[in-house]
Amino acid sequence: MIRRLHSVGVLLGVLLLSATAAAADEGGTLLPVIPPAAKGEACVEPTDVMRRDHMHFLMHQRDETVHGGIRGAKHSLVGCIDCHAQLDAQGAAVPVNAKGQFCESCHRFAGARMDCFECHATVPAGKQTSTALPDWMSPPTVSIASTRSPGAD
Amino acid sequence: MSAADKSLADRSRRRFLARAGVAAAGLAAGVRFIDFPHANAASDPVTGARRWGMLIDADKCATGCNACVTACNDEHGIRGHGRPETDAQWIRKVTLREKATGRETSLPLMCQHCENPPCVDVCPTGASFRRADGIVLVDKHSCIGCRYCMLACPFKARSFVHENLSDQKSWSPRGKGTVESCNLCVHRIDEANGRIPACAEACAREGHKAILFGDLKNPTSTLAKELVDDDTQELRADLGLNTGIRYEDL
Repeated sequence: MIRRLHSVGVLLGVLLLSATAAAADEGGTLLPVIPPAAKGEACVEPTDVMRRDHMHFLMHQRDETVHGGIRGAKHSLVGCIDCHAQLDAQGAAVPVNAKGQFCESCHRFAGARMDCFECHATVPAGKQTSTALPDWMSPPTVSIASTRSPGAD
Repeated sequence: MSAADKSLADRSRRRFLARAGVAAAGLAAGVRFIDFPHANAASDPVTGARRWGMLIDADKCATGCNACVTACNDEHGIRGHGRPETDAQWIRKVTLREKATGRETSLPLMCQHCENPPCVDVCPTGASFRRADGIVLVDKHSCIGCRYCMLACPFKARSFVHENLSDQKSWSPRGKGTVESCNLCVHRIDEANGRIPACAEACAREGHKAILFGDLKNPTSTLAKELVDDDTQELRADLGLNTGIRYEDL
């Protein structure tokens, strides 16, 4: 009986997966549409490992780099951006955290905010930013200074 | 006049005659080589076998020249927001004026990369730290922006980032809510062949060669030799910080 239930569950899961995949293919929003890497054939780890563990790799390596001065190891955020930043029609790099781009698409889907790009560059070195900042990084439209008129104190 | 300035001025007065004597002896300023005795794999962790430092010759530092500051800003993507009181400043030009004689000295001032850094002592999260090779850094991943280190630093070397930033350099992450200061261009030092910091490079390019970068622990480095041969000093020597940045002819 349990085995039977299990197989029904698997069948349901497969059906659900194919349904969501179909929705994504039709431009739906159920699954993130991840742009392919702009260059390179293979990532530094298998895709399923990267999807699950990239944050751990990055956090481990950042400490070794900042404190130990170890550069050029394979789990580098700069390395991610070098391969995964798309180029627009003019050949300028699109920030990886812009809407629909490599990092943003999955993180929006997962509801996980990225703090990396408050400090780190979002395009490969030497490539111009071609689009505006994501809305959560843009400065507020009303600044504190402008709401206070001189002599109000 | 702050305590630091006063200390410098006192020192300067004491040294006035000595300096005049040396000048009369016609000690020729030798050609200043900027050496980078450095070849390590970028994948090796840094060790305490080296201690990076600088010797800044205030006599060679030209009044009105700002090349080191501009080079630093370009290298690290530092841009002002029209608010000089709070805009980030990793290196700045300072003019010391001796009240008695009116003698003015121009020098660049930045993080002094102390062996006993007060900023590290006060940091509540361990974000302020001293790397094994003597470079004092902020790990911005753990900086909470409390700014105790800014108060503790006797040289006012640190800045706080007040604004959202964009278009940072790949090699120099900077962001709102964290404290930052001169990192001795650590990304250049960590390269396989090593490059000297942007300020020293710019100073040499301008022909002043006032900033000599090197390894304080390597007795054969030009820097270590000059520290033996010349009369150099550290700022606020009274604090016992053992700074990595030394000055000459203040």
